[in-house]
Amino acid sequence: MATNDYTTKTISAGGSELVITQGGSGKPLLVLNEELGDPGWLNWKQELALTRTVITPQHPGFGVSPRISWALSIGDLANYYAQVMVEQGWVGADVIGFSLGGWVAAEMAAQNPAQFSSMTLVAPMGIKPPSGEICDIYQYLTADYIAYSVSNIEGTPEFADLFGGEVTAEQYERFQDATAESARFAWQPYMNNPALSHRLGLIKDLPTQVLWGDEDKIVPFSTVDIYQKAIAGSKVVTFNACGHRPGN
Amino acid sequence: MHITTFTERPYAHVPEEEVIKNSSFFGVSNKFLDPVKGGSLFNRYLDEKVYAEEVGFDGVMLNEHHANPFTMGCVMDVEASILARITKNVKIALMGNPLPVADPLRLAEELATIDMISGGRLVTGWVRGAGCEQLANNVNPTYNRERFDEAHDFIMQAWSKDGPWRYEGKHYEYRHVNPWVKPIQKPIPETWIPSLVSPETAQFAARNCYSYFALATFLAPTVEMWNLYADTAEQEGWQAGPECFGYLQKVVCADTDEEAYELGKNYVYGGGQPAFARPEWMFPAGYNSKAATKRMAYALTDPETNEAVVSGKDASEEINVPEMKKYNTEVLYENLIRNRQIITGTPETCLVKIRNIMETLRPGIFAVWHIEGGPTTHEQSMHSMKLLGENVLPQMREWAKELDLPGPGEVKPGSRKLPANGKRDPVCDKSALAA
Repeated sequence: MATNDYTTKTISAGGSELVITQGGSGKPLLVLNEELGDPGWLNWKQELALTRTVITPQHPGFGVSPRISWALSIGDLANYYAQVMVEQGWVGADVIGFSLGGWVAAEMAAQNPAQFSSMTLVAPMGIKPPSGEICDIYQYLTADYIAYSVSNIEGTPEFADLFGGEVTAEQYERFQDATAESARFAWQPYMNNPALSHRLGLIKDLPTQVLWGDEDKIVPFSTVDIYQKAIAGSKVVTFNACGHRPGN
Repeated sequence: MHITTFTERPYAHVPEEEVIKNSSFFGVSNKFLDPVKGGSLFNRYLDEKVYAEEVGFDGVMLNEHHANPFTMGCVMDVEASILARITKNVKIALMGNPLPVADPLRLAEELATIDMISGGRLVTGWVRGAGCEQLANNVNPTYNRERFDEAHDFIMQAWSKDGPWRYEGKHYEYRHVNPWVKPIQKPIPETWIPSLVSPETAQFAARNCYSYFALATFLAPTVEMWNLYADTAEQEGWQAGPECFGYLQKVVCADTDEEAYELGKNYVYGGGQPAFARPEWMFPAGYNSKAATKRMAYALTDPETNEAVVSGKDASEEINVPEMKKYNTEVLYENLIRNRQIITGTPETCLVKIRNIMETLRPGIFAVWHIEGGPTTHEQSMHSMKLLGENVLPQMREWAKELDLPGPGEVKPGSRKLPANGKRDPVCDKSALAA
């Protein structure tokens, strides 16, 4: 199949409707989006879809899938996705999560490591940095937050395609929905769960990579050490001169 | 008509260039606060409230903001408690208590205390609080409306239900509710609901038979809210009247039009109200529905210049302080005067414009947002108040009789019957707008 052949569909899962974007074929790869929602079908997804079924759920309440009224924390959201995994037969999938989505993946693994065969966390939120602070999205205009998340805008090929120019009405609406629902999940403690680093101790043999840009201004790079220590056998991949968005 | 007076009680010594460089009062460092000077200002503002009573105002009004030199009063109930003791007859209106950021039981106790000390002169007002209040109090903006509704319902119970009792809600829980303070006014204190023309708020006010109080919004959208309120009242089976509506208007008087015009420039010190807080602080994600954000932008946008009145500027812009000062005192100030957001002049000059507002909006509550800001002196403020009391208020009272504009102390909101055909009468006169 052509690699840009992806579909968006609504499934019934976990007692709610969930919109997913799916492309490619092969072993499922679950992609969990960041706090601003789904940036779209990016180049790396096209590449991976040559050999994998790439599945991106649109987080409940982020403007595409309906909100789940009982989900009040990232731990709740993780539990919801775990139910979806079982119902959809995705158990054993690989998972990659970005920023807030990385936190969701980590919470899922902390609840049940066996639901994944590997985990990749890209600059995940979820753990309070040992130095510095997670950037407070609620004190920034979204456009400023996005600009702040990239170390070198000119040198980031997909940035202009995704976020260039004025924020469109459609983007504004999506960002508003996504950040509002993120606030419901993670206003306080802000974008972290003080118990997570301890709960990750349940993971014993899940192949895990933690990817991080060493110029990340959203989630300080110092957090990578906590993740590495908390997840047995995890490997760190550092992107030099890179901000919060190695994926773009 | 109930005529009251208000100021933001600014920390007047905040350096203007710091506000301009920050494009916002909110966010300026409190390193610029001298508590001695601030204390002196608090006392001055209290003295001015007492003087307002002396010159003939029916009420005094306070508000509350947090982390902001635009309004020092961040614990308004403390100031109100003092006024409860040092004033004699004026109503003390709190416009308003930001419910979502408060501890509702504590708030029920504070307000009941004020009503008891003042002998039943409290006017309560419930607000959601601006976006920046959610940030300054670390209250999740996505639960703002839910917390407002729940806190309101809880306070009504705390004031009416004999204790002790237990409360378990979504956002608040109390094991032992039994406050040994209750309002004198029964069943609850007189209530006005302040608003920046949010339809939900107008409907909330009408459904609860509260007066609706428009916070210096442009006249055309204010008329729309009056009509929405009146429609809601009609659905509830009663006729809205002037007692249901209050309007806040900046007015400053001096001996000559020229002096008053110069004095009025202090309203735009640092950019004035439009520089209250930058957009990212005013509208954090989830605070407003998208539709509400659009409506508010409309209500606070100058209909002629299309400029936002409460939005500040982009923080990343290069700010040229002298140019901005010039812009504020020339362009912005002129726009605000032309749109009747600020009225300046001798009593005679001011009265012409006030008459137009009275005819258009037909309010039963008129609040003078009195001169404030950086260089305004106590003497200037007192003199303006004296002119208002001696030469403006008596005429307004005459006109209120002529136009039949009773306040909520004269006619209780919710007590008027609908006409026999069940269709409400008009509550305002939009045709007077252009006059």
